[in-house]
Amino acid sequence: MSFRSQTLLWVAQRASAAVLALCVFVHLGVIIYAVRGGISATEILGRTQGNALWLAFYSLFVLACAVHAPIGLRTVLNEWGAWRGRGCDTAMWLFAALLAWAGMRAVMAVTG
Amino acid sequence: MSGNLSVRVWRGRADGAFQSFEVPRYASQSVLDVVTHIQRKLDATLAYRYACRVGMCGSCAMTVNGVARWTCRTHVDKVAADGRLEIAPLHHLPVIRDLVADMREFFDKWARARGSFRGTKTRHDGFAAVSPASRKRRAIEAGIECIGCGVCYSACDTVAWNPDYLGPAALQRAWTLVNDVRDTANPERLRAVAGDGGCGACHTHLSCTERCPKQLSPTAGIAGLKRAVTMAALRGTL
Ligand code: SF4
Ligand code: SF4
Ligand code: FES
Repeated sequence: MSFRSQTLLWVAQRASAAVLALCVFVHLGVIIYAVRGGISATEILGRTQGNALWLAFYSLFVLACAVHAPIGLRTVLNEWGAWRGRGCDTAMWLFAALLAWAGMRAVMAVTG
Repeated sequence: MSGNLSVRVWRGRADGAFQSFEVPRYASQSVLDVVTHIQRKLDATLAYRYACRVGMCGSCAMTVNGVARWTCRTHVDKVAADGRLEIAPLHHLPVIRDLVADMREFFDKWARARGSFRGTKTRHDGFAAVSPASRKRRAIEAGIECIGCGVCYSACDTVAWNPDYLGPAALQRAWTLVNDVRDTANPERLRAVAGDGGCGACHTHLSCTERCPKQLSPTAGIAGLKRAVTMAALRGTL
């Protein structure tokens, strides 16, 4: 991987962290609102399904996770697992795809 | 101040062991004084390194009670209140013998980080005019007093985890040159300090800054490099 790609990965991880900070904040707010409001699962789904705003928000959340987690895990594996190079990078691409797929599947179930 | 110090000193190579000595305690005694006493009076085969004894040359760094320190300016009173000292070579570097660490890797990384100045002027040209108050000159000021002791390198966990990591001192050195308006090696230098072994690997632990005996902040210099490298990567000039 070129130095430029390595640096861009680093930038992507910082940028996705900033997005995640915001998303987690909103997400926690939504949870507290739903729990304290005592609304049922059916009522929640009634409000989220077909709602483009929630679809967009949670898609962004999932995307940020799919970018952020594999880059961090790559560093952890590099440093603590001594696993470096192409094999590790490929595994991290697959992990990113898995996160995006599983996350989007959940988003579609709730907001689709 | 009187009585004895119980001193355990590392002997041999990486697979060596500690050896115990009793050393008389004096007022204003430095850890280097203790090691020198052992070598002169108790065991002449002890290997260690020092030169200036006044905190300028950077050659006397050792691990004292588990912490990397410059031994010539570390008072025994400060680090061994209970009269016990454990002295070992610096961490994260191969041991040559006893208290002597092999510094090659440390300085090779300075070279890899393009830690040497490259200018264009000759002796026939005049001096470059650099305002001491300029932002870049002040950034240099903050990191230029490094004595190359290796204490920060020995204190940095990332160095242990990532063998390619250039380490705090080499990166800080590169940062001073990035800010040197006379230097012409900068596009390559930024490339040299980018990527997985460069400034991006720093976790901002601040151990280097905490331990640096010259009270420098390699972490701040590395943060500067991160910004410079990021801008270069985004512009496509890396
Ligand atoms: S701030 Fe960076 S260079 Fe300093 S000890 Fe931490 S990881 Fe190492
Ligand atoms: S930055 Fe500080 S601790 Fe590191 S080599 Fe230079 S003087 Fe020593
Ligand atoms: S002997 Fe020179 S810095 Fe300690």
